Amino acid sequence: MSTIAMPEPDVGILARAPQIIAALESVLSAGTVISSPEETRAYECDALTAYRCPPLAVVLPRTTEEVATAMRVCHELRVPVVPRGAGTSLAGGALPTADSVIIGTMRLREILEVDTANRYIRVQTGITNLAVSAELEAEGFFYAPDPSSQLACTIAGNIAMNSGGAHCLKYGVTTNNLMGVRIVMATGDIVELGGPLLGTSGLDLIGLICGSEGQLAIVTEATLRIVPKPEGARPVLIGFDSAETAGECVGGIIRSGLLPVAIEYMDDVCLRAVEAFVKTGYPNCAAVLIVEVEGSEAEIDHQIARIRLIAEELNPVEFRASRTAEESLAIWKGRKSAFGAMGRLGDYLCLDGTVPVSKLPHTLKRIGELSKAYGLEVANVFHAGDGNMHPLILFNANAPGELERAEEFGADILRLCVDAGGCLTGEHGVGIEKRDLMTKQYTADDLAIQMEIKSVFDPAWLLNPAKVFPLEVSQPHREAAARCP
Amino acid sequence: MTFTDKQTNNAAAAVSPTSEAELAGFIAERHARAAPIRVVGGSTRFQSEAIAADQTLTSRRLSGIVTYEPGALTLIARAGTPIEEIEAAVAAEGQAFAFEPMDHRKVLNTKGFPTVGGMVSANISGPRRIHAGACRDHLLGVRFVDGRGRVIKNGGRVMKNVTGLDLGKLLCGSHGTLGVLTEVALKTLPVAESQQTLAFHDISVEAAIEIFATALATPFEVSGTAFRSGTAWLRIEGLSPQVDYRRERLSALFRDREIDIVNETDSRMLWRGLRDLHHFAGSNVPLWRILVKASEAPAVVARLNALGGDVSLDWGGGLIWFESSANGSAVRNAAGRGQAMLLRRGTLPNSDSFPPEGASIARLSAALRQTFDPAGILNPGLMDK
Repeated sequence: MSTIAMPEPDVGILARAPQIIAALESVLSAGTVISSPEETRAYECDALTAYRCPPLAVVLPRTTEEVATAMRVCHELRVPVVPRGAGTSLAGGALPTADSVIIGTMRLREILEVDTANRYIRVQTGITNLAVSAELEAEGFFYAPDPSSQLACTIAGNIAMNSGGAHCLKYGVTTNNLMGVRIVMATGDIVELGGPLLGTSGLDLIGLICGSEGQLAIVTEATLRIVPKPEGARPVLIGFDSAETAGECVGGIIRSGLLPVAIEYMDDVCLRAVEAFVKTGYPNCAAVLIVEVEGSEAEIDHQIARIRLIAEELNPVEFRASRTAEESLAIWKGRKSAFGAMGRLGDYLCLDGTVPVSKLPHTLKRIGELSKAYGLEVANVFHAGDGNMHPLILFNANAPGELERAEEFGADILRLCVDAGGCLTGEHGVGIEKRDLMTKQYTADDLAIQMEIKSVFDPAWLLNPAKVFPLEVSQPHREAAARCP
Repeated sequence: MTFTDKQTNNAAAAVSPTSEAELAGFIAERHARAAPIRVVGGSTRFQSEAIAADQTLTSRRLSGIVTYEPGALTLIARAGTPIEEIEAAVAAEGQAFAFEPMDHRKVLNTKGFPTVGGMVSANISGPRRIHAGACRDHLLGVRFVDGRGRVIKNGGRVMKNVTGLDLGKLLCGSHGTLGVLTEVALKTLPVAESQQTLAFHDISVEAAIEIFATALATPFEVSGTAFRSGTAWLRIEGLSPQVDYRRERLSALFRDREIDIVNETDSRMLWRGLRDLHHFAGSNVPLWRILVKASEAPAVVARLNALGGDVSLDWGGGLIWFESSANGSAVRNAAGRGQAMLLRRGTLPNSDSFPPEGASIARLSAALRQTFDPAGILNPGLMDK
């Protein structure tokens, strides 16, 4: 059994399931409502697959207006709604409850406007992250946030989780690239926020919506900032015989005035797994950094020369600068297949804590000690430039008690991140996974105001139940919501 | 000048706590009595005039840098810390705030000193906003006291943080109406080692907007795009060889036009003046800050010019500064789909400061204000008219 509790489904809602489905079907176009158990099972989990529960029904609208209609019905019938993009959340952000209706954005795939003169694109949010950049390719632009699930994940999910990616060191995360949204409120009202203007004279409601994990509204359209493609980009690979030295090198590069697009870190456990999987030819050492810089050929050479100066002070095991597109691919290949390579070693939990860059060496050392204490191996592969760690805890799901032990180990690592001055989640979101750890990072008042804000947007507390806020902490709010008319 | 007089009076009556706990206690007491407060930082802007409160609260004695880690590009400071103090500390490490916050003293003829809390609460961002993003994009975390006197923290000191709702964005640009900031964490960035500016003379607004759009579609990271009195400027920054290369490429792109190059020190001076609107200093004629879609700027400027006055542009044309004696509704009509805020009020009424909001946004904003400040004591009348 897993350790994260979900609330008991509302038996009243379960008993009314046929009427609820009929009500949705009566106002939505044919094929929009899915309710047969064989089909709803496909939506029983997201990428946090240890937790599963088929929803009461799934609604897949094609327009904002249909989303609004579905929301209005659910609101009138007091049925919880779980918003869903592509279901790639690693935090259980799209996990249904048995008494909930999923409203998915995946059929909202239209590109509404491309405006290169004002540098934005307006899309329906069910479009995948990569498809946005593909649309802009010919114009010489791209959409910067690049979560590693970008082939599958949707803009709706990116906005809900404020997704990052490898390149956000230079370009920022979703919230820095989001100019406007069209949202459907819990009541079914449609509201437009922002657009092509560079800011607002009022409250920054877009900043509040971004990263709100489906707690406040469903985002159906988005205006996204687009960026000109760089002339070129090339990585260097630097191997070190200790994690501390690699950490020092990261600080040195950042202080030097260079602004690489990415600084990625892989430790020895990860390096061995990757080597066995894809034969990268990476050096056999304690830690590898991949640093990517952008610009013209000459600019890239100049930046790489500067990185070499910083690295060579620290006696690297290897310094390999890419000279060609093929060499760049070879350097990135191991990093890009890291998660796949780890998967071959068994089951793993992927964590997402962030620490101040200066605390990376200390945190890595403590994770190593905890790994011994728990008797579970851990691999580290992460975005070092911004301190966003992704420790992967290896375990055997078939061994009784091992998932629970891995989850406890993970919780200890996240507490360690908070104690180091960091946070529970850098880019995956809280979902159900980190929900019960929120009290570690936030005081009762810190959480109270967040829940009060949720009540402004979702007075009946129907949106994305049992996520983000610990159940105990949210109970008074949920009870008050249940009493309100 | 009545502004300065009022400013002095307010400062004399101001409560200025020396600790977060003291500030929280003060607000809790005012909350219990539903007694309004005018919240200010360094009093270098005039918006506090619109506020119906007889008691001023300033955070200026909550001062000092808490942590600065150049290797992590992060700085934490108490809200009342003068921006000058922070700029000096980070400059010693070759860093700065990339969003280039403007200093309003010259154009508004104020004394005082801008504080980092005031900067965040008004989301103050200068010319580099077009490339590097606004103040809100560099804000990592906040501590504040809400309208009930609760001490609340949100975000943190790390660059990637999606733990719970992002209240920092909401506080940034809320002008003290949701809470009083006590501490802010911001991202710093290395100052480019070199900069040059391309100047295009004797051109129209239409031509300037075209130049900006073309330049901003290149990969040359143009970090300043401003226009005034027939001259358009493009700023490029970076490592020295990079800047030379980018200048050559951009010059080639605009080979049909005559271009002057402004180098290093002169370029820095030029952009300081553009950032702080030195060209509109020394007057008390109303000054408007109008956000528009850049491609609509020529049409808006034509309508504004018809009202009489003087314009300058920034942010690639997405920001229009307009100095004019025209009345508020005429300026707002001319702004069309843009948003016009009054920076220097002159003789115009307080109610002109912020543009009206659409019904659903106004409703949401009011409900949020009610949540943060149920008694309506924080800067009442400023954004919620």
